Amino acid sequence: MPKPLIALIAAVLLAIGVSHFSDHIDPYYLDVITGVGINVILAVSLNLVNGYTGQFSLGHAGFMSVGAYLSAAVTLLLGPKLLGDSGGSDLAQGLVFLGALIAGGLGAALAGLAVGIPSLRLKGDYLALVTLGFGEIIRVVFQNVESLGGALGLNGIPNYTTVFWVYSFAALTVFTVVCLVRSTYGRGFLATRDDEIASESVGLNTTRYKIVAFVVGAFFAGVAGGLYGHFKLTITPTGFDFTKSIEIVVMVILGGMGNTPGVILAAILLTVLPEVLRAVDQYRMVLYSLLLIVLMLVRPKGLFNFDYAAIASRLVRRLRRARG
Amino acid sequence: MTEFLQQLLNGLSLGAIYALIALGYTMVYGVLRFINFAHSDVFMVGAFIGFYVGERLPSGTITGGLVVLAAAMAGCAVLGILIERIVYRPLRGGPTLNVLITAIGMSLFLEYTGQLVFGATPRAFPSIFPAKVVEVHGLIISMNQVIVILVAAVLMVALEFTVYRTKIGTAMRAVALNPKAAQLVGINVDVVISFTFGLGSMLAAAGGVLYALNYPSIDPLMGVVPGLKAFVAAVLGGIGNIPGAALGALILGMVETFVDGSRWSTYKDAIAFAILIGILLFRPAGLLGRFAAEKV
Repeated sequence: MPKPLIALIAAVLLAIGVSHFSDHIDPYYLDVITGVGINVILAVSLNLVNGYTGQFSLGHAGFMSVGAYLSAAVTLLLGPKLLGDSGGSDLAQGLVFLGALIAGGLGAALAGLAVGIPSLRLKGDYLALVTLGFGEIIRVVFQNVESLGGALGLNGIPNYTTVFWVYSFAALTVFTVVCLVRSTYGRGFLATRDDEIASESVGLNTTRYKIVAFVVGAFFAGVAGGLYGHFKLTITPTGFDFTKSIEIVVMVILGGMGNTPGVILAAILLTVLPEVLRAVDQYRMVLYSLLLIVLMLVRPKGLFNFDYAAIASRLVRRLRRARG
Repeated sequence: MTEFLQQLLNGLSLGAIYALIALGYTMVYGVLRFINFAHSDVFMVGAFIGFYVGERLPSGTITGGLVVLAAAMAGCAVLGILIERIVYRPLRGGPTLNVLITAIGMSLFLEYTGQLVFGATPRAFPSIFPAKVVEVHGLIISMNQVIVILVAAVLMVALEFTVYRTKIGTAMRAVALNPKAAQLVGINVDVVISFTFGLGSMLAAAGGVLYALNYPSIDPLMGVVPGLKAFVAAVLGGIGNIPGAALGALILGMVETFVDGSRWSTYKDAIAFAILIGILLFRPAGLLGRFAAEKV
């Protein structure tokens, strides 16, 4: 069996294990752990677009909101019909939730396709701006759809998100992105990033690569949105604004663009850091922003941008030598 | 008809404010090719300087109002130059995305420091200029609107003069065209960039005070939405193009005011972006920008 697949299965098993003991974990820590997992999905999926394909997207929160609303709509509207009055068994609830998450992901992917086809002709700052614009448009539309709660948002979403769901999908996201980029087909993402003109001249369809990256990224953002909705139990359009997109972008850049382990570490750090800084709550955001500036000045290639493969192989070699 | 004229007037004053902010974005983009996200927060700081100075002056006099404007502009010019010197200069020549992230960090820093220093609750802005309302054939013209349009017009003419008729303006245009060549002919690029930041921040400060006059409540996050729209305006007109920024801002101000007055008013914020996307798709260089083909 290929190594990434083993890693995926191991991660899912670990998620099941942790989920099993979640009753014994302090609810506060459980909240933070769940938040970390959701942010890992968001950051790793955005990394496919921003890091590996080199397209600067500022609309990730928009796709997240599509997934959040769609999956919440599924569990709120379809859920009771499918599960009946008793609320259904755990398995039935799980299946409904899985369906809702996938529906949210597919909806977001469709939105990604609709946004990507016209806007991916643009480059750099302009692309950033158009994706930002689309993100804002999605938010304003949700604010105006009364059946989805309008500006007040959707309330009473069932509490389905568990550590198991979050970390299984986080593992699946990492698995998909890593395998996609390492595949023969996926080399095209890197080529598109490194030199678009050269890639085109050797016959790569760079537009298609960009769209594929965008759609896959949007799918996982949608799933993360679904998980987020069933974790916070209430979603408002303003929760998915420009600031949220920036937050995800910062994770990607701090981790080092196109460096999945680094991005995962950055997602963990940037979710935990505000919690740690809560003790000095007043100064929390000031410190956070200062840290961002200082990091960019001191370590501009990203905080966690190491060659992880080299570090791992060096460790393995040292272990082997130590063993004799 | 009266209603149309009324909306036109409202749109003009909103567009004038957007123009003041957009000019700063477009000038910085012109010389450095990056989006200065902290610009919208310099706008906020300008409004707050105006607030503190305005509180200490007798309200409702033209001189007092002009003093407030001048104080805000001077304060923000210093702030803008400091931001560039301390934060952006060490990153110059680095990857664009890192500069962008630093700018976002700077923006968050100003917003949250603002919440600490100024407090997060919105405050009423003092009426520093004489508040008078004139009615002409049913058309309601407030003194504040007239002042907004007048001040913006004067500042834009002054800017036009600075950029096209002075030595430093020529240097600015040279740096925008080609920084390396500008350096070769003896232009001190650092000075020009500092000057550009100072100039842009001054205009943003004026915009901040004028915005606060018309929408008389200020808070540390007030810059985010107008800043974003002003940037949209700059792109609409062709980023890096000074008359383009003013034109884009006026168009955006008008369209927004008219949409606000129609039954789609709740979509106001989305429509600004929809127009932007349309423009970028069909004319990516903006209305007045010239399209440059990418060379290998």
